[in-house]
Amino acid sequence: MTLDGYAFSRPHLLSIRDLNRVDVELLLELGERYHGPGPYDQILAGKTLINLFFEKSTRTQTSFEISGKRLGADVINMAVENSSVAKGETLLDTAATLNAMRPDLLVVRHGSSGAQALLSQKVSCAVINAGDGAHEHPTQALLDALTLRVALREQGRDLTGLRIAICGDILHSRVARSNVKLLNMMGCDVRLIGPPTLIPADAYRWGVDVFHNMEDGLRECDVVMMLRLQMERMSGAFIPSKREYFHYYGLNREKLAYANEAALVMHPGPMNRGVEISSDVADDPQISLITRQVESGVAMRMAILHTLSQQDQGAPS
Amino acid sequence: MTPIVILGARVIDPETGHDDIADIRIEHGHITDFGNVDIDGADVIDGGGLILSPGLIDMRVVTGEPGAEHKETLMTAGQAAAAGGVTSMVVMPQTEPIIDDMSLLAHLQESGRETSPVNVYCAGALTKGLKSEAMTEIGLMSEAGALFFSNGETPIADSRLMRRLLSYSSAFNALIAHRAVDPYLSNGACAHESDFSSRLGLTGAPSASERIMVQRDAALAELTGGRLLVDLLSSEDGLTALRRAKDRDIDISASVSIHHLCLNEMDIGAYRTFAKLDPPLREESDRQALLAGINDGSIDVIVSGHDPRGAGEKRLPFDQAAAGAVGLEILLAAGLTLVADEQLDLIAFLTALTINPATLLGLKSGRIAEGAPADLILFDAHKPWVCDADDLVSGSKNTPFDGRRLQGKTVVTIVGGKIVFDARSA
Repeated sequence: MTLDGYAFSRPHLLSIRDLNRVDVELLLELGERYHGPGPYDQILAGKTLINLFFEKSTRTQTSFEISGKRLGADVINMAVENSSVAKGETLLDTAATLNAMRPDLLVVRHGSSGAQALLSQKVSCAVINAGDGAHEHPTQALLDALTLRVALREQGRDLTGLRIAICGDILHSRVARSNVKLLNMMGCDVRLIGPPTLIPADAYRWGVDVFHNMEDGLRECDVVMMLRLQMERMSGAFIPSKREYFHYYGLNREKLAYANEAALVMHPGPMNRGVEISSDVADDPQISLITRQVESGVAMRMAILHTLSQQDQGAPS
Repeated sequence: MTPIVILGARVIDPETGHDDIADIRIEHGHITDFGNVDIDGADVIDGGGLILSPGLIDMRVVTGEPGAEHKETLMTAGQAAAAGGVTSMVVMPQTEPIIDDMSLLAHLQESGRETSPVNVYCAGALTKGLKSEAMTEIGLMSEAGALFFSNGETPIADSRLMRRLLSYSSAFNALIAHRAVDPYLSNGACAHESDFSSRLGLTGAPSASERIMVQRDAALAELTGGRLLVDLLSSEDGLTALRRAKDRDIDISASVSIHHLCLNEMDIGAYRTFAKLDPPLREESDRQALLAGINDGSIDVIVSGHDPRGAGEKRLPFDQAAAGAVGLEILLAAGLTLVADEQLDLIAFLTALTINPATLLGLKSGRIAEGAPADLILFDAHKPWVCDADDLVSGSKNTPFDGRRLQGKTVVTIVGGKIVFDARSA
């Protein structure tokens, strides 16, 4: 895979920060190709993909599993609760054990920021970060960009100069961190909106504009990306109540009207209807890209698996 | 409503610094004319020899409504306020039930409108049930009319919670009033920690407790950009910490109760529980420092700290007795007595009770200008009288000023263009 003679050369996909614009363009271009109907070349035939999820996941794990299988890979899902990790094995011992089985691709989700970076040093296969703590979720950001690219192409536009608001619990969100980096790289004008308790103190240094109310924050936005608010954050520690949160930060028709006409709505899922987003907005096919995000997710992950399976990972350190 | 004209009073408006003889005309609840006015069709009040100032705004009043109406209702507190020259009072949320929800707030405001002769505003609880665990609906309660948020007399020990409260409230520009007390250092105290209290055998709270909390809260206000009011400053140590914070451009302000400007720990005397207050009365040097803080503007607001208590709560051994004193009717007279003694500057005193609280709370009153609400008082700055607790209008009579000579008294109190107290007829 090359673009103007430049080839993708990263051994792993740990963070959007590791990528440059050309890397991203290459991945998105391939993702767009996989967006079309199959059949697909069995490019991963004979290769082994292990889904190693230390945190529970349904959609991301399934998305990777389907992506791998569509390209012919043997996919193994490791259920961590039943594994040696539950018996007290350290992350690096697990890595060494798995590495000895010689997988080709390792998709990892872990509750600690930076866990995959540590793990990647000890294995000789490609490591794909499927979410680490509150750090990054690079495949989500890439699939969001792919979703937008496809949707905007239908309108004859692209990502450059697009104004995007990311709303809600930025503080705990790895999706937001990956998206901010990626969208900034693609030349978007990124805004963060949320209560001050859910926005990191130094977020204004991320190259974004920070807002604490939707009316100001959504003005002239082309895309509104809502984040999930976890139930345990609603009980008074970060925000007073679901009622107050939805009143000020929940996306409904009224608040969406502050954004540009025909603004698009995204959500990485799973949604809390009535907490961060109202059903009539989430379910409106004219504006909601939420289902298309899931669809793009498979195509994007096929492109990522494809690309990384071609890389040389070298020996573990 | 018949228009009212007040002629020939010395009109003091702390906002503009106006201090001169002038006439004022009031119509439809507002000041319509200021200077030389038309007396056509108006009730005329002779202000000769009296001072006319904006009505006082007392932003710290505890009542017994709801839950302890035998101590004080909004009606009796409002009557006491009118007699004391207070035209707006903010009631605190530490009632039964605690005012930590929009509907309770709305109900209390309604009751205030219906029963009180003066303006009643509410402060909302900062945490649910004042338990210092979960934050309340600061946004929705602000919209419903809460002027600030307070955790009552209980300081929030958990610094991370306090950070989040200041941070969250900053999105609504809401003011947080927080007691400057280190709860661990002051645990079990019933007096100021000094040689005096230790000779009396009373457990004391050191001034350092106040200073530590002012410093912590100032640091958190700086970190979050939240608006903080140090509620009831009582010591020189605390004031020094406040001044340092103000020098750093932090959005911090402070209140002091009239009792702490007038009294010191010696007023406890032989275990007089009517002088048991929270924070405790401290040393004479502290009192002098607090007066200087008002005179130079370092302390923004004076409050009555009105806290009605029945005899049953007060006639107990000192450590078991309830803290607190009523103050709505004493506030103006006690301050004017300090002015007469040349301890307190008249303009500084009125500033801390009119324009300063009005600005902090976003009220239109607290000023004399054409178009401003006609919340005004006319008072005699020199009239001597002796405070007899039994004569107080308030539902409770607990005051350390009982039997004391005071100088200065309210003559007429006008709220929204209506006379709600008039001593001329008495």
